[in-house]
Amino acid sequence: MSELPLLEVRNLHLTFDLYEGKAHVLNGVDITIRNGERVGLVGESGCGKSIMARAILGLAARSNIEMSGEIRYHGANLFGLGPQAWRGLRGRKMSMIFQDPVAALNPVFTIEDQMIEVVRRGDKAKSRKEAIAIAIAALRQVAIDEPERVLASYPFQLSGGMNQRVIISMALVNEPELVFADEPGTSLDVTVQEQTLRLMTRLTKDVGAAVLLIAHNLGVVREFCERVYVMYAGMIVEEGPVKELFANPKHPYTQALFSAVPKLTGEGLPKSIDGMIPDYTHAPEGCRFHPRCPHVRPECLKPPPFVTVGPDHRARCILYTDAGAKEPAHV
Amino acid sequence: MLGRYLFRRACAAVITLFGVSVLIFLIARIIPGDPARIALGDTATLEQIAQFRKTLRLDDPLPVQYLTYMQGVIKGDLGISIYTGGAVLEDLQRTFPATLELVMVSAMLMIIIGIPLGTLAGRYRDSFIDNFTRLFSLIGVVTPGFVWAVFLLLVFAYWLEILPVTGRLSEGIPPPPHITGLFLIDSAFAGQWATFKDAFLHIIMPGISLSLASIGQTTRMTRANVGESYDRTYIEFARAYGFNEFRIAAKYALRPAMIPTLTILGLDIAIKFGGAFLIETVYAWPGMARYGVRVILHKDLNAIVGVVVIIGFFFVLINLIVDMIVAFVDPRIRLGSRAR
Ligand SMILES: Nc1ncnc2c1ncn2[C@@H]1O[C@H](COP(=O)(O)OP(=O)(O)OP(=O)(O)O)[C@@H](O)[C@H]1O
Ligand SMILES: [Mg+2]
Repeated sequence: MSELPLLEVRNLHLTFDLYEGKAHVLNGVDITIRNGERVGLVGESGCGKSIMARAILGLAARSNIEMSGEIRYHGANLFGLGPQAWRGLRGRKMSMIFQDPVAALNPVFTIEDQMIEVVRRGDKAKSRKEAIAIAIAALRQVAIDEPERVLASYPFQLSGGMNQRVIISMALVNEPELVFADEPGTSLDVTVQEQTLRLMTRLTKDVGAAVLLIAHNLGVVREFCERVYVMYAGMIVEEGPVKELFANPKHPYTQALFSAVPKLTGEGLPKSIDGMIPDYTHAPEGCRFHPRCPHVRPECLKPPPFVTVGPDHRARCILYTDAGAKEPAHV
Repeated sequence: MLGRYLFRRACAAVITLFGVSVLIFLIARIIPGDPARIALGDTATLEQIAQFRKTLRLDDPLPVQYLTYMQGVIKGDLGISIYTGGAVLEDLQRTFPATLELVMVSAMLMIIIGIPLGTLAGRYRDSFIDNFTRLFSLIGVVTPGFVWAVFLLLVFAYWLEILPVTGRLSEGIPPPPHITGLFLIDSAFAGQWATFKDAFLHIIMPGISLSLASIGQTTRMTRANVGESYDRTYIEFARAYGFNEFRIAAKYALRPAMIPTLTILGLDIAIKFGGAFLIETVYAWPGMARYGVRVILHKDLNAIVGVVVIIGFFFVLINLIVDMIVAFVDPRIRLGSRAR
């Protein structure tokens, strides 16, 4: 606790000002990532995982988006830093691995053009020649045998898996401190996905980067992460070490999420939970999960407390307070 | 791959041109009105007219007329213009550079204003600059060029009296030596800066009149396509890696957006040869388009065919050039893949 965390997100709120009204998507998110830590973020589709990652990277600023809270990077609040300084972190200290590598690369530029642009962000290369040398070395790192050929290619000339490796090498070439991986490779076939995750894990360990891995697949988080956050409708509902949390899921949403997946290593999205993610323009009061919760009670209309339920393990649910425990018939 | 693609396109171009020549040859002869009667006037006797038709070989069957004409074309003879009395080829050589210069100036304006403006609007969609740009380009698109021509003429030549009214050069200014026939280029080459300045002042209004609609069109196309680029993941990627915003706009968003824009751009330039008909008439610009209007009114058969085939040739040429540029910009065409 003495060491300053790499990233602290505190009480992050994010609202879209839409024609239909204000969509209050992120509702007081708290996340902490320490140096070199691999953290998972799971939750149903539409619960705000991607937008949170984009907010941290400083990519969410739009005229119709309002944000409040703090994003502290090495203790400094990025909101107070100004967009230029924030941009200075991207590509250097933070990077991102995308879900669909082919869509993430520009179709009309060669890999070389795009990779050089990234390498140059790192300030290590003084000339294009040096940048190419660095790019070639980075591509070899991701087990690409003919880096020269890959550099000369356009994205459409390479396979999806090859593009994914290119992106991974781009994400890591400047030895960032924090890598966001938003469902990396889920647009690709399962073996390539698997490969992507292994490669990513090995290389982030090599450079000592922390990872925020956003995933639908709980098995993936279990295998590759140390700690996990469970998000529901823009709120962190549970957090804890992977082993502990997977063994003892506490929040009713987490439990539902787990039971919706037959095997922890299995495929498939946790879609079979009854009900749907709420409409953010009219999000439920209090605990946002209460309309779908089997244990719902009147107190759930109040903001739920974040309760310690195990070692380093917390859940945002009334069930684990003294008041909640008095009620019968739970878990 | 690229070579074969361009070869195919070139063959198609030749066939198109041939078709155009046959078509215009027939149309010019089928539309009512007797060229001999128009040329000789109301006072001519029937005998004189019959005689004149004979020299023009207008009484031969159409295929024979066409073959006779083509025999001349192969020898570089486009026939005699009954309107000017000279060789059509010479008329075209004299008037074409003026039109080409006008079209080139107008195309340049269209590119250097339309593309940056459209990129800016596409980047800052729904902002003030975007709304302003949309209004501006809409006005440009819906207002015909000759309206601009008359309007500018009134404002800058009659009221403010800061620009010359008509023609390519003021009286007393010597034309530059003929190199390309484009006054701006020739006078700059020869170092005749007084001529250059005069030619420049003369081309401002017709150039702008001819370009406003296409500037509007180009701006709108560029805005739409750049805007679409900005919704793509690759721009999100570029941002996530902290690329410079200007480079993102000018390089990573614009290049893919140019692929669909270029084709329209090429058409817009080609259409200017037609748009020039009215502009040249308003400004008494001694170009081929104005010549074209006159010869059509006089049913000057050889000259009509000559003008139309030249315009057709440039249509085809510009499209060919655009295809080459598109192939250059879009590696998926150049390298022969349609994947994604
Ligand atoms: N540009 C936008 N305008 C309006 N609403 C948006 C916008 N982007 C995201 N949202 C809303 O924010 C919510 C969260 O979206 P987000 O993409 O973060 O979800 P996610 O958890 O990443 O889902 P998935 O697992 O499907 O990727 C969604 O309900 C979505 O409707
Ligand atoms: Mg997402």
